[in-house]
Amino acid sequence: MKKGNKPRVAVWKFASCDGCQLSLLDCEDELLAVAGAVDIAYFPEASSAMGKGPYDISLVEGSITTPHDAERIQQVRRVSGLLITIGACATAGGIQALRNFADVKAYTSIVYATPEYIQTLRKSTPINDHVFVDYELHGCPINKNQLVEIISATVTGRKPNIPPHAVCIECKQRGLPCIAVSQGIPCMGPVTHAGCNALCPAYNRGCFGCYGPMESANPDSLSAWWVGKLKVHRQDVMRAYRTFNAYADQFRKQSEAHEK
Amino acid sequence: MTSPHQGAPHAPSVPSVIEPQGLEQLFAALLRRNYKLVGPTLRDGTITYEEISSPSDLPAGWTDEQQPGMYRLKTRDDNAVFGYAAGPQSWKRILYPSVLRLWQAHRKGGKVEVTVDKPAEEPRYAFIGVRACELQAIGIQDKVFLHGNYVDPNYQLRREHNFIVAVNCTAPAGTCFCASMDSGPRAKGGYDIALTEVILGTEHYFVATAATKFGTEVLGEVECRPANEKQVTAAEAAINAAAENMGRTIDTTDIRQLLNRNFENPRWETTAARCLACANCTMVCPTCFCHNIEDVSDLTGEVAERWRKWDSCFTTAFSYIHGGSVRYSPAARYRQWLTHKLSTWHDQFGTSGCVGCGRCITWCPVGIDITEEVRAIRDKDHSREEV
Repeated sequence: MKKGNKPRVAVWKFASCDGCQLSLLDCEDELLAVAGAVDIAYFPEASSAMGKGPYDISLVEGSITTPHDAERIQQVRRVSGLLITIGACATAGGIQALRNFADVKAYTSIVYATPEYIQTLRKSTPINDHVFVDYELHGCPINKNQLVEIISATVTGRKPNIPPHAVCIECKQRGLPCIAVSQGIPCMGPVTHAGCNALCPAYNRGCFGCYGPMESANPDSLSAWWVGKLKVHRQDVMRAYRTFNAYADQFRKQSEAHEK
Repeated sequence: MTSPHQGAPHAPSVPSVIEPQGLEQLFAALLRRNYKLVGPTLRDGTITYEEISSPSDLPAGWTDEQQPGMYRLKTRDDNAVFGYAAGPQSWKRILYPSVLRLWQAHRKGGKVEVTVDKPAEEPRYAFIGVRACELQAIGIQDKVFLHGNYVDPNYQLRREHNFIVAVNCTAPAGTCFCASMDSGPRAKGGYDIALTEVILGTEHYFVATAATKFGTEVLGEVECRPANEKQVTAAEAAINAAAENMGRTIDTTDIRQLLNRNFENPRWETTAARCLACANCTMVCPTCFCHNIEDVSDLTGEVAERWRKWDSCFTTAFSYIHGGSVRYSPAARYRQWLTHKLSTWHDQFGTSGCVGCGRCITWCPVGIDITEEVRAIRDKDHSREEV
């Protein structure tokens, strides 16, 4: 980042629900500080002013689901200094990657009156399947504090404090007793990337795995415990792994292993 | 080991007997001295240590069942207030907070002003119901944070005015093994007052001893009478029964050498296949002290902060140095944790790092059992034959 000049930021949308880019607008208290620290040059969701590239930082939301988007992401990469993907769609293919486990043609024929107008790829894939990604911010949706952290770190030129360990560490740091152990609730916390500050366990719900696999996830072992000790049906293990991060490698393998 | 503020402990006083109502007076005596009371209470389906204000907050009539990866709250058929085993987290959470800001820096007119964080009030905690295993653990953390080359000022601040009411354990869980580690169930020291809860038919009382001047002073404000021989014997019998009823054991014979010569034991890989590397064992361990230091700056670049957060040898970042993580495989991480606890801790601090509280067994989401691991390593100790 050149000193003195505010870094120019662009926010891009691919196949997604907009929730992650909205977390930028949801920054509320920090929003003015964000606007003060960076020049938001391209952000169609927020402003009709569209500054031309290149951009120092690109925040990319969404997955690649169409031939057009597969080309567009190449263009985004070309005009971006740092490319940071935000959210489960951009980092793992999102909920729409459920199509990857089915026949998308069969779906389009049921959903659309004239399916021949639909141009779509067979799979929904994360951005890093297509271009080099400098940093990934996980979550469905992302945590706005992590977004502010990554912008602060990038502006300052320091390492962002975004640990890739399990949700369990956040849970214990909050002083929450483990609900998997104390109540036998199937919780994905031990295999899930931290970032939500153990939101669901704090409300007595098992972790849903919104942040995708943690750094060295061992879902094989967790599933064996769920099935063996917690008496979770194999079909439910499959469903647990087949949500927002269904196409993240370790989660995909786990759901496929429990399909039958 | 003693609470730092009372100087040398004296020999435990002659045992006296307190009726259950006497706990009110004990609490009142501590509250009068501006202590925040922290003790066992029911929360989220567990018995945890929280801030409490009256004996009615204690988990009367409740206990726990604990097995590897399993904890369940159960009712007792009596009204015991200390009739449970070690809960989800230890006193470490109070003495060594999981997340703590150490300082802030502000840029002001070309200068940087640093403000070191200090609590607005001096923390004065009275712990109610500290078990022998936990006293041992506090003693170990005292060594780590207070008795090395560097003193941790945050830990020191919390320990300085720390009053401890120990409770000799009479209700060990299925995952307990303090008797093997020679750290319980009887409190050996490091407390101001020790209680033993006795329930015999309709009788319900506490046998109390004070081991510091301050403890004697506080106990002096509680209505008590000298314990007779029968009462002392009953208390002793309850503690002895606890020692006999440990759910688990570790054979600690030669354990340092055993682990030192078994760095290549196939068991590490077997366990790594089950280990989630989730770090729960280290978070709940009352002696684990590792933390990370995070420096953060805000968006304006005008404010910087340094935070201390609990960390764990089970993360890859923990051993990350130039070029990558030293302990990349979960097998290496599990081996590091277990061998540090039971072997190299002796080299580093002169004691075992394990006190036998069993938390790492109960709170492992897949029930990995340190006692079983040691047994398995001993069983496959082929290197002994080669030597």
